[in-house]
Amino acid sequence: MAIEANGKTFETDEEGYLTNLGEWEPAVAEVMAKEDDLELTSEHWEIINFLREYYEEYQIAPAVRVLTKAVGKKLGKEKGNSKYLYALFPYGPGKQACRFAGLPKPTGCI
Amino acid sequence: MDSCLGYAKQGSAVLMYEDGIYGAIKGTAIADKIAAASGVSFYVLGPDLKARGVAEDKVVDGIEIVDYAKFVALSAENDKVQAWV
Amino acid sequence: MSEQIKKFMYLNRRAPYGTIYAWESLEVVLIGAAFDQDVSLAFLDDGVYQLVKGQDTAEVDMKNFSPTYQALGDYDVTKLFVEKESLEERGLTLDDLMPLTYEDEDDDWAEKDSIKVVSRAELADIMEEQDVMFSF
Repeated sequence: MAIEANGKTFETDEEGYLTNLGEWEPAVAEVMAKEDDLELTSEHWEIINFLREYYEEYQIAPAVRVLTKAVGKKLGKEKGNSKYLYALFPYGPGKQACRFAGLPKPTGCI
Repeated sequence: MDSCLGYAKQGSAVLMYEDGIYGAIKGTAIADKIAAASGVSFYVLGPDLKARGVAEDKVVDGIEIVDYAKFVALSAENDKVQAWV
Repeated sequence: MSEQIKKFMYLNRRAPYGTIYAWESLEVVLIGAAFDQDVSLAFLDDGVYQLVKGQDTAEVDMKNFSPTYQALGDYDVTKLFVEKESLEERGLTLDDLMPLTYEDEDDDWAEKDSIKVVSRAELADIMEEQDVMFSF
């Protein structure tokens, strides 16, 4: 599978995750969001960027409960809860947001 | 590594790479055997040391740290090559 | 899921990178952490090399997964036993290992060390208490 963004082709796996996370650019997230009928706001980007930083530091995409806790610590309690995160990413802040961020499927999401 | 040393004859060259690089670290039982092996030259692959977080100053004295190019050169120089997995 | 909490221990006995076991073990631990069991990790034999600090795999073109051990605390995996004899046999000390910590929820999020160096005899006692052990 593949998606088209910014005039380029990006290969994805059968679940829609980017095959090569090094290729990621913001346009990829925009295209993926449009396919899911989502308009990305600065609140979405805050989480997407947070995930990319988390991956950079730990080399894994965090499970949703780990993400929730980490967001709470970094961005504040009002954001570190599943209600806020699910409102932004209705298909799951772990799976959907990681996909937009170009990360693999979260480790520990079952 | 221990068993490999038992087969290394005079004039042999032993190159440690991948997990084999752990044999090149100071302060282990193997280190003494390396020091005692006469007529055998020892080499260790630098990139594999780095990957495993082994600093060059941890390597037993007398073992030469080599790069991939030297790895190939050694394989070419020595007329017989045995990989010891 | 059973309501009874079991003690799970993952034994890590192999060096990283040369084989896939170390990374596989880490992934299984992180996935298994979702099940709210009492999880601990033991590092012995060549497994102690997994925690050596300063790993840099850029030149061997492999994923450096040593930073992932730092995420264990986030996953509530906070008991890492490292066998003293295995360190000594390999010319290593606690100072050669990455410092790994977690934040203790029950102690006002105080940062605490996850790694505990134990003797072979102590580790044997800890193993005796386990309900399930996985060896990698």
